[in-house]
Amino acid sequence: MKTVDNTIGGSPIGTAAAGSRLSHARTRKATIRQAISVLLRVLNIAALLLLVLVFALPFIWMLSTSLKTLPETMIFPPRWIPDNPVWQNYADAWNTGPFLKYFRNSIIIAGGILILQMLTIIPAAYAFARYKFVGSGFLFGIVMVTLMIPSQLIFLPVYLELSAFKLLNTHLGLILPFASSAFGIFLLRQAFMQISDELIEAARLDQAKEWKIIVRIMVPLVKPVLVTFALFSFIAHWNDYFWPLVMTTNETARTLPLGIAKIREVEGVATWNILMAGNLILVTPILIVFFLSQRQIIKAFVYNGVK
Amino acid sequence: MAKIELKQISKKFKDETIIENLNLTIKDGSFTVLVGPSGCGKSTTLRMVAGLEKQSGGEIWIDDKCVNDTPPGLRDVAMVFQNYALYPNMTVRGNIEFGLKNMGIAKQERERLIMDICGIVGLVPHLNKKPQSLSGGQRQRVALARAMVKQPKVFILDEPLSNLDAKLRNQMRTELIQLHKRLGTTFVYVTHDQVEAMSMGDEIVVMNKGVIQQADTPMKLYHDPANQFTAEFIGTPAMNMMDMRDMQGLEIRSATVPGYAGFRPEQALIGAGADSEGYEIEGEILTRESLGAENIYQIQSRNGVFFVKTFLAPLETMRHVKVTVPYDRLYYFGLNGERLRGVEASSKRPAAVGGR
Repeated sequence: MKTVDNTIGGSPIGTAAAGSRLSHARTRKATIRQAISVLLRVLNIAALLLLVLVFALPFIWMLSTSLKTLPETMIFPPRWIPDNPVWQNYADAWNTGPFLKYFRNSIIIAGGILILQMLTIIPAAYAFARYKFVGSGFLFGIVMVTLMIPSQLIFLPVYLELSAFKLLNTHLGLILPFASSAFGIFLLRQAFMQISDELIEAARLDQAKEWKIIVRIMVPLVKPVLVTFALFSFIAHWNDYFWPLVMTTNETARTLPLGIAKIREVEGVATWNILMAGNLILVTPILIVFFLSQRQIIKAFVYNGVK
Repeated sequence: MAKIELKQISKKFKDETIIENLNLTIKDGSFTVLVGPSGCGKSTTLRMVAGLEKQSGGEIWIDDKCVNDTPPGLRDVAMVFQNYALYPNMTVRGNIEFGLKNMGIAKQERERLIMDICGIVGLVPHLNKKPQSLSGGQRQRVALARAMVKQPKVFILDEPLSNLDAKLRNQMRTELIQLHKRLGTTFVYVTHDQVEAMSMGDEIVVMNKGVIQQADTPMKLYHDPANQFTAEFIGTPAMNMMDMRDMQGLEIRSATVPGYAGFRPEQALIGAGADSEGYEIEGEILTRESLGAENIYQIQSRNGVFFVKTFLAPLETMRHVKVTVPYDRLYYFGLNGERLRGVEASSKRPAAVGGR
């Protein structure tokens, strides 16, 4: 009878029969609503699974191919799970060239770029977001313009410059051109601008120096954005093929993607299984980094999207 | 503890003048409230004292020292912001400790200070929580603790209670008064709420359009307003203001001719006996608000609409009423809003007005 009281709102008019009819109608409605919500959830999961499949299939295919023998890669219809996984492919891929060196070069270059970028974009973005100085608008405009210049357009002058400074075939030569990032400055500036002025004023009253405000308050508050940018940057430079190819003439500073590309040339025939094993070696570090920073990335997008 | 002096302060934002030629002395150890409608420059004044805003002209002295070129952190001023401005990435302890660390205070000493302050504001169980997981009142306390722990000469509070619900606001109001008594430090408090100002301040500065209208004690402001703005700003409902030309039957003897006459709603009497002397207005009651102990009537008369407030009296049910305002309860203002004193009044032809 409790439901009846609720529906009628205190007036003692409803009889017991009317009351039970009412509560029947209510329960039926509730059941329908529940069924709909369950259905929606199922549909949602199905759609998400489909999406996952679209993105995961190439990876699964890569993994599968990397464990096959060469004839097996050509079978039609294709087989997803090879009969006897050939782990040797990985060793073969690794041994086609100085992979340890490639690997080290990749880490030094992608990591070096990342560290330098952090050192340059954080202060720049903070200045653009928080200070009005003479020419700040103009300077920011220049930063934005650099976003629109494709690297294909500038690689030749950069090559000549690096050559003049004797930086070709060095790690530094591959790092320096990317020491800052217009995209990073833009992204971070937007994030900094969302932080309330009062927080900075409070810190000033707390006698915090400017660098301390940046390090202790601003940067922790934009961590999700920073992690996302770091990931973008790291992946882009880890996977970069064009730039290291153009800027190197020997093996000293060559990176993993160049090494992988060379696998293809080894036998004259495309050794897909070895190639895929090499690719897997290439993407594994990125996948690991991504899994570690997943939460921050999602946070960054939610934060930027909702606000 | 410190006296604050503002000398000839002006503030311009581009072409717009917010404050011009402002002079104010805030007494050492006082609880001074800056009050006024929004956009009157009270927050700007406060921020200039804190050093967060640079004045366009004039001097600011704290404790007999000109602080014009002193950065905010070194003025010995602590501020509580309206939205608390707690560092979201730090725990309660981290928030309170941040300023102390920057001041270079040793760890043991910091720990002792934090525990002392948190004991006072009741934050000890929450020391390791982040601000997001605290309620509004608790955040307010963290903001207070963060300001108090530095033992500043001056406390600056910028509408600190406006984000709290009514009940909590009342509670925090009393706590702040007690806190002021206990610390004895100079408090400068900004609010747009005149009730808050009256109940907390021992010195109130009423501002409008960047100009100080009156700086006085709460009672003085209420009983002896210096001008029309203060008279109408302090008190709920506001003082009734009438054009002198509508005040038929009122005879005044004064050196200058007043433009307006005003009286407080709570000082007018409804249906007073024949023995009470005063200016009489007849009118119809438009609305009645009964708050239990007090009733507020809105009355339509020939002189316009006005309010009357009665205390502990039964609700007036008559539609047509006669309101008497004792002569000594009438305030007179010049056409420019200045208060006119020494005006004597009497009724010229009582019969024409009240029908006695």
